[in-house]
Amino acid sequence: MRADLNVPAAGNGIAAPPEAFSVDPPAPFDSTGPRIRPVRDEFHGDLLEVSMGPHHPSTHGVFRMVVTLDGETIVKLKPVFGYLHRNHEKLGEATTYLSSMPYTDRLDYFCAMTNNWAYALAVEKLAGLSVPPRAEYLRVILAELTRLLNHTCLAGFLLQDCGASGTPLMYAFREREKILDLFEALSGSRMMCNFQRFGGCRVDAPTGWLDAARRVAEGYPRFLDEFEGLITGNEIVMARTQGVGRLPAALAISAGVTGPMLRAAGVAYDLRKVDGYGYYPRFDFRVPFGGDGDTYDRYMIRILEMRESVAILQQALRDVPAGPVMDPKARLRGFRPKPGEAYGRIEGPKGEIGFYLISDGGPNPYRYRVRAPSFVNLTILEDLCLGHTVADAVIILGSIDIVLGEVDR
Amino acid sequence: MLGTGIVQGFAITARNFVGSFHDPARFVTVQYPEEPAPVTENYRNFPFLIYDAEDDPMGTLRCVACRICEKECPPQCIYIVPDIDEKGKPRKHPRVFDLDVSVCMSCQICVEVCPFDAIKMDQVFALAATDRFDGLLQRKEQLAKPNRYFHQIHPAEAAEVDARLVGERTQAEEKARAMAAAKLAAATGASAAQPPLPGA
Repeated sequence: MRADLNVPAAGNGIAAPPEAFSVDPPAPFDSTGPRIRPVRDEFHGDLLEVSMGPHHPSTHGVFRMVVTLDGETIVKLKPVFGYLHRNHEKLGEATTYLSSMPYTDRLDYFCAMTNNWAYALAVEKLAGLSVPPRAEYLRVILAELTRLLNHTCLAGFLLQDCGASGTPLMYAFREREKILDLFEALSGSRMMCNFQRFGGCRVDAPTGWLDAARRVAEGYPRFLDEFEGLITGNEIVMARTQGVGRLPAALAISAGVTGPMLRAAGVAYDLRKVDGYGYYPRFDFRVPFGGDGDTYDRYMIRILEMRESVAILQQALRDVPAGPVMDPKARLRGFRPKPGEAYGRIEGPKGEIGFYLISDGGPNPYRYRVRAPSFVNLTILEDLCLGHTVADAVIILGSIDIVLGEVDR
Repeated sequence: MLGTGIVQGFAITARNFVGSFHDPARFVTVQYPEEPAPVTENYRNFPFLIYDAEDDPMGTLRCVACRICEKECPPQCIYIVPDIDEKGKPRKHPRVFDLDVSVCMSCQICVEVCPFDAIKMDQVFALAATDRFDGLLQRKEQLAKPNRYFHQIHPAEAAEVDARLVGERTQAEEKARAMAAAKLAAATGASAAQPPLPGA
C-alpha cells in the first residue's frame, strides 16, 4: 500500500473485538501427552509422501494435500492451494463497486447470496447507505435459505466422503434443488445470483415467491428428520467420525477459525448474535454448540443449525413487510463513495466472511480484500489430521467445509 | 443392538425407492430433452437487443450506441462502434454491436444500466454447435430480436417496460407540444386566446 494514501483514522466497521466473548482465556496446550511431531529430516526414508489432489473427487475442489505417511498414518500434511486463483482482489481494484458484485457470487460459489450480502454490507458502511426494512427481511430470508442449502450439501458430501456412494448426497441435492428453484425465480440465476445491491436488493420478490418459500421452509423439517434417521444413528458414521479430527477450543481461537467449526469446538461465537447485523436481533433463534470438536460434532452442529434456520425462516416469512426494496438515495452508475475504509462481515454458512474496502474517492476501490472463512479454517488442517489415517483426512477435510473458490479467490 | 441404525437407514432408503414410483416429491428427475425443463420468468442467460417493428429490424433497434453497457460490463464482453454520418455527427444507432458469449457471465448489469430498455436478458441455453468457435461471437444481427419475443419470455417485465415507454413517449410529446405552443405564442406576440384554425 502506498505510504502517501491518507485514510481517515476512524474507519467504518473497524472496531475492537467484541467483549461479548464468553470463553475463558485460551489455556496453554497440553504438551505432556503423546503427540506426533511433523517429520522434517532425511533420516526417515521409510515414510511415503503422497500427493492427494488436486485431481481428486474427495477434495472438494482443486485442492492438494501433500501427506507424508508412515504406513497409513499421517505424520505430516502440507495443504497446497492456489489452483483456482482468479485474481479476484486485484480485479476488484480494476472494476467499479457494482461490477465486482457478480464476481463475489463466484467466491463461495455455493452460497452466492451471503457473499453478495457481505459485500453490500461493506459498501453500505463505506458509503453510509441505509437499507429499507423489506430488503433487510429479504436478505435474512435468503441468507437462511443459503445456510440451509450449504449445510444440506455438506451433510451429503460428508456421507459421500465416508463412502456412502451418492445416495445421501442425492437426497441432499433433491432438497437443494427446491431452494435453487426459489433463487432462480427471484434473481434469475440458480447459483450466480448477483442479487444484492448497495442499499437493498435488485428487484422485489415476484408474486407467489414468498408462498413458495414458505412451502419449502415447511417441508424442510420432514426432510431433516428423514436425513437424521438415515445418518445420525448410523453405526458406521459414528465409528468413522467420532473422535476423529478433534479441534480444541484454544487452538480454534488462536487459528482464527470461525463458523460451525468454532462452535463445534465449544466456543460461543456466532456473528448473528455478536454483531447483530441486519435484522437478526428481531428473530428468536438459538445457536448450537458442540462439546468435543470432532467431525461428528461438526456434522451434528450443522444439522441443528439447519433446524434453527428453518425457525428463523418461518418467523421472517411471516413478518416480512411490504415496501420498497432499494434505498432511493442509492445510485447504480457513478457511485463514488467518500475516501475511507470499511469492513463488513456476516456469519456465512462456512464462517465469518468479510470484505475490507478502502476507497480513495474514485469509482473503483483502492484496496479490496476478502476475508474468506474457508481459507482461514484450512490453516489448522495439519493439526487435525496428524495421527489419523488417509481415509480420516478425507473426512476431516469434508467436515471443515471448504470451497476452493473462496480459498483461492 | 448393534446394527439398528443401519437397518433404520435401509428402511428410509426403501421408503424413498418405493415412494419414487407414486410420490412426486420423491421423484424429481425431469426426462430432458423429451420433457422440457421448465424455466421461470426471471431466468436469464445471455442478453439480446430489442427492435420494435418486425418489418425493419435494424432500423427500429432501440439501442442508440450510448456505450453505457460496454463500460459497465464487468468482464467487458460488449464491443460497440457507433454509427457516424458523413458530417461526423453520431446517428443514434450502433454500426457494430458484438457480444462475446464465451466471456459473458449473464450478470445482467448491462440490462440494469441501459437507459433505453434496448438490451434485455434472453433465456437460451441450448446453444451447442458443431464447430468449435461457431456462435461464440454474436453480432448485431444475431442479437436483435423483436419485442414480441420479449413479451413471450418475460411477460410481466415486458408489460411494465412497454407501459413505461408509452408513458415516456406521451410525456415527451406533450412537452414538445407545450414548447411549440409557447414558442408560437411568443413569436406572434398575440394573446393565448386565439380561435383554433379551421381544420387544425
